[in-house]
Amino acid sequence: MAAKIGPSLWKFLDDRFMLSALIAFGKKKTVPEHRRSFWYFFGGICLFLTAIQIATGAMLLLYYTPHIDAAHESVQFIMSGVKFGWLIRSVHSWTANLLIGLLFIHMFSTFFLKAYRRPRELTWITGFLLLVLFMAFGFSGYLLPWNELSYFATRVGTDIAGSLPIIGHWLKTVILGGPEVGQATLSRFFWFHVALLPLAALVLIGIHILLVQTLGMSKPIGERSTKEIPFFPDFLYKDALGWTLILVIIGVLCVFLPWEIGPKADPLVSTPLGIKPEWYFTFMFTTLKLVPAHVLSFEGEKLAILAFMTGGLLWLLVPFLDRRAALEKRSPVFTWAGVALALYIVILTVMTYTVPKL
Amino acid sequence: MKRRNFVDIFLGGSLLATIAAFMYPVVRYVLPSRSAAGGGVQKNVVAAKAGELPPNSAKIFKFGSSPAILVNTAEGQLVALSGVCTHLTCTVRFDTETGTLFCPCHNGRFDLGGNVLSGPPPRPLEIFAVETSGADIIVSRKG
Repeated sequence: MAAKIGPSLWKFLDDRFMLSALIAFGKKKTVPEHRRSFWYFFGGICLFLTAIQIATGAMLLLYYTPHIDAAHESVQFIMSGVKFGWLIRSVHSWTANLLIGLLFIHMFSTFFLKAYRRPRELTWITGFLLLVLFMAFGFSGYLLPWNELSYFATRVGTDIAGSLPIIGHWLKTVILGGPEVGQATLSRFFWFHVALLPLAALVLIGIHILLVQTLGMSKPIGERSTKEIPFFPDFLYKDALGWTLILVIIGVLCVFLPWEIGPKADPLVSTPLGIKPEWYFTFMFTTLKLVPAHVLSFEGEKLAILAFMTGGLLWLLVPFLDRRAALEKRSPVFTWAGVALALYIVILTVMTYTVPKL
Repeated sequence: MKRRNFVDIFLGGSLLATIAAFMYPVVRYVLPSRSAAGGGVQKNVVAAKAGELPPNSAKIFKFGSSPAILVNTAEGQLVALSGVCTHLTCTVRFDTETGTLFCPCHNGRFDLGGNVLSGPPPRPLEIFAVETSGADIIVSRKG
């Protein structure tokens, strides 16, 4: 009976969803196999983690209340009053951090393999925009538990937006929903986090995956290996191995280090000592600490923010600036610039946590 | 002008106008209203009760929409300043050991005159006037 139901069900679904054609496409599609093809797996892992975020985020919505008088309490209830609430929230928070870390690795591996070169410029641009978008996810989600750290991190972060010339004040007011971090800000951040950013992410991920499927994986410059493996099932099985591994890591982290809530935000207390934003913002945070108040006749803070924005724009436009890579020639200047940037981010991040007097 | 060009411009313009008509209420809905954006400026506030603050201590209070800090110095003098660091808007704290104001976000330090002593803050803190009226300590904007 079961043997009969299986093929019948398959035929029923195949007739309607053209599954055979999809599998045939997966078997026909190939992925280059060479000594650096390990880095190809990070994109798939990031996609897998995004799926976890959507699932756990949707579950958290069941109990979370986006109100300054109830947000912190509702997260406390999730952590201690709801069965496995601690697990769902910890998975969401740990996965968010791992996802951003892996997105950085994915971006830098793509950069060093020069996978941004023609015709994959838009794949690079959508990928970089996705990293920015996921950092915005992190920033907006950080405020939602309405705790002390997130309250002050939001004030600092939004003031950076407020430092922009001409539109700064207006932009800050729009983000905050008023002059200060308050109920309007929490409502807006909740809206950004569960409505606006997911919609934007879905569109960008769709374009990014479409480009990867259409153009295939990029081979590093000068790679001689012509070996290729089928996407389905060979590459997908290897991908699934990576997903399983990361799932185990998330599980271990959640069980041994459940995500903390911290004390409830109080706008009428001084900023606590030793305050830091989420780790992926610390390189910018520490830079702002080190920049002097004035550089020549400019405010140091504004100059640093301008430098970050210019750097981000140049990074976005790398496919169009690296003319040698576009001609399939090695471009060591860009490689070393990437090494310098990676070192800068790593050193400043480590310094934030290891040099207490900084 | 050819009839086809006219129709193209007419239809294109109508399409743009329709999009604008749909988007205008959406954009106005998303932007905060003038009242929510903080229209007025509060002139004065009761910051504390007389005798509430022991010498060499401070209290954060809300002045308008922002935090401010009232310090009772070791000598018993009351001083009120904006509590918002001029660097990146963290709330300053009173350092009882040095008698200065410290911002933990980027290690900015101010004296009780609001002047920057060290760190990245680019401007001094705003100073407010303090007066005692009966049992209330009233803080008001200068000028």
